[in-house]
Amino acid sequence: MTASSTQTGPPPPKPRAAVVRDALGVGITVGLSGFVFGVTSSGAGLSVAQTCALSLLVFTGASQFALVGAIGAGGAPFAAAAGALFLGARNAFYGLRLSQLLALPAAVRPLAAQWVIDETSAVALAQPDRAAARLGFTVTGVSLYLGWNITTLLGALGASALGDPSAWGLDAAGPAVFLALLVSMVRGGDSRGSWRRIRERPEPVTAFVAAVLALASLPFLPAGVPILVAALAAPAVLVVNRRRRDLS
Amino acid sequence: MIWAAIALVAAGCYAVKLLGLSVPAAVLERPMVRRLAALVPIATLAGLIALQTFGEGRTLVVDARAAGLAAAAAALLLRAPFLVVVAAAVLVTAAVRALTG
Repeated sequence: MTASSTQTGPPPPKPRAAVVRDALGVGITVGLSGFVFGVTSSGAGLSVAQTCALSLLVFTGASQFALVGAIGAGGAPFAAAAGALFLGARNAFYGLRLSQLLALPAAVRPLAAQWVIDETSAVALAQPDRAAARLGFTVTGVSLYLGWNITTLLGALGASALGDPSAWGLDAAGPAVFLALLVSMVRGGDSRGSWRRIRERPEPVTAFVAAVLALASLPFLPAGVPILVAALAAPAVLVVNRRRRDLS
Repeated sequence: MIWAAIALVAAGCYAVKLLGLSVPAAVLERPMVRRLAALVPIATLAGLIALQTFGEGRTLVVDARAAGLAAAAAALLLRAPFLVVVAAAVLVTAAVRALTG
């Protein structure tokens, strides 16, 4: 991997304690939000076992919220699964960047793979060297996996005590989680500098077109399908952008 | 059916994670693939936000969730931590719902 041209000089070495502190900060705060997932999933009609299975086995928050949200809205389970898989696909690209950075032995890869998500990637990729990146990835992965699964269980168990989740406003948690993730993705692109000029940045227009497509198709298509229509905004924007570049 | 969907999502999500760690970089580093991979989650997230905020069955409504989402957006503009953003959305939605009955 080549150094970014925006970087000035080699970064200073980072003490292990600082890496652990950053990693634990991310792992614990995001891990706590598993509670919201547990409650949301129960509210969508999934059992405690199904809810916990999602956090243990899927372990990528956006896909989990997407799946239970679609099932809760009455979507067919397989259409709901397709939306969740679309969201999970981005983890392949985190894995790609992490495999070069962490240089994991082949035997460790199947284990480490389950932790390749937004937060562990963000922490690992922010570290100045391989040792710090490995430490940051591991500490974030362990703390987030433990926290996310324990709080998922608590949320799923507590949901029955809470009664109707919408009375507590918990049906707004999913969209808020997605918005936070969306903003961090758009900001992430910004700091890399390759999309600096707003006019050439495809993210805002893609998000807008996707939202319009989703809402416009909601009354006419079966539940679960509008999100797949929304995803078409991505190739559509790329094709239009390329055509416009070819013309200019 | 729900268990089948869970199994499918679990297997699929694990497979893409492992794929990223395992394949040679050249396979996924084509510019078109990379750009699409960056934009598909953005489109999906934006679609989900719209549907879960304004969708009620198969009709569109503006209700307390819209106020909650606005609160989350305000918290994000103020660079609030993740949990504060979610809490703002939940609390404002609950408050608006309690006030408007």
